[in-house]
Amino acid sequence: MPMKPKIPGLFKGLGVTLKTLGRTITQGADTVQYPREKEAPPTRSRGVIALREDNCTVCMLCARSCPDWCIYIEGHKTLAPPRRAGGKPRSVSLLDRFDIDYALCMYCGICVEVCPFDALFWSPEYEYSEPRIADLLHDKDKLGEWMETVPEAPELETGAQKK
Amino acid sequence: MSVAIEIPYWGQSLLRVLGGIVAVLLPAGTIVYVFLFKMMSFMQSRLGPMEAGPYGSMQLFAEVGKWMQKEDTAPAAADHRIFKMAPLIVLLSTFLLVAVVPFGPDAWLTNFETGVFYGLAVSSISVLGILVAGWSSANKYSLLGGLRAAGQLIAYELPLVLAAIGVVIQAGSMRMQDIVVAQNAGSIFGWDGVGNPYLLTQGVGFLVFMIAVQAELTQPPFDMPIAESELVSGYMTEYSGFRFLIFFIAEFATVGVFSLIASVLFLGGWGVPFAWFGWEGIDDVDNWMNVVGPLIMVNKMLVLSFLIMWVRFSFPRFREDQLQRFAWKVLIPVALANIVVTAILKVAV
Repeated sequence: MPMKPKIPGLFKGLGVTLKTLGRTITQGADTVQYPREKEAPPTRSRGVIALREDNCTVCMLCARSCPDWCIYIEGHKTLAPPRRAGGKPRSVSLLDRFDIDYALCMYCGICVEVCPFDALFWSPEYEYSEPRIADLLHDKDKLGEWMETVPEAPELETGAQKK
Repeated sequence: MSVAIEIPYWGQSLLRVLGGIVAVLLPAGTIVYVFLFKMMSFMQSRLGPMEAGPYGSMQLFAEVGKWMQKEDTAPAAADHRIFKMAPLIVLLSTFLLVAVVPFGPDAWLTNFETGVFYGLAVSSISVLGILVAGWSSANKYSLLGGLRAAGQLIAYELPLVLAAIGVVIQAGSMRMQDIVVAQNAGSIFGWDGVGNPYLLTQGVGFLVFMIAVQAELTQPPFDMPIAESELVSGYMTEYSGFRFLIFFIAEFATVGVFSLIASVLFLGGWGVPFAWFGWEGIDDVDNWMNVVGPLIMVNKMLVLSFLIMWVRFSFPRFREDQLQRFAWKVLIPVALANIVVTAILKVAV
């Protein structure tokens, strides 16, 4: 016979669908009815990037490493009072503008990885869609607000070096 | 056998036409909502439509409304008159087919002496509609789909007919009513507790019949004609709105009607085993069977369409050559052997 009968496989296939049917009836479907019930994303998922402004030194590493140039940074230098009495005033850089255009961002996370001063963090928050595309440009105040949603950093492994 | 209330001939005819329309549209709606929307989703651990009405129960009306308000487009190069006629030919075949199904001792639509022959003949009118749709669309995908459909439907028409012949030989009649009576008045080695549904004696025939029905309906795994990954949507590619809706209704109404026919041929139709109430033949059957009969038929229809849809949701599509080979080299020889064995046993026993 040219076609071998694959009878056991056929019944196995029917069994799979029937089992799923029974499981869905008794235990409910895997579907999450999104607008009414929310899916809790894993804490480390890449939802939105938050900025801790105090840590930023306007080094521009994130803006330069961004593959699609969606980070806009402007800053200025200013003189801060010296740490010790009698010392020279310190030169510090302050942010004027730190914008991320989420219409361009591709969520690669290179900016978060590359930041040497821990100023950028991933937050699992994902509900920030906008009716106008221009509103997807988050300025530094809005990026600072996302800091509240950033989860606690996980515990270091035992034996790991603390900085 | 007489109806308790005398209804004039025109009244009876009107009732039968209405009954026919209900018998086409009600199974179609039920099958689409219960099986296509909900059971298919559940088998894939989804919920299916949930927004239109409670648990999406109004989804059918939403779909029909959506299709009705769409523009009725046709390609410029299409053969317009035939293009517009094609879906109606397919639906016509379904309506002609349901006419042959008996629902009770008096609740029949037509009571032909050659009911099985008529049913199998009109079921192939849909091939014509599909071929016409594929040809007149002026679209290479439609044409390929139409040709595939024609090849498939003609190939699977044969096992369908041959499987039904086994039943006809055993019942000794082509009248659907006689087949129902023969099953319910029959007995298994003298025991008449369940009558003699031909599912038991014609088990092979039932299997062949259901496989052939699956192919006739172009349901997966026999959906080469509308294989969406190769042919967009086959012969339905160019149809939109109302005419697509007609194709859609015809597809699922035919699932229901073929389930009804299979339940008449193999599961005992509208009847209950006559021995339960001491009936001898169709003349003794009480009038209340005209009400209970259709309900029994609906249940058998649901069971059989569940089987059809279950297979549809579980198996992947055949390749074109596998499909043809399966019909000509497996199903037809098996059906022929079934006829020979049935005929020998009929004469010998």
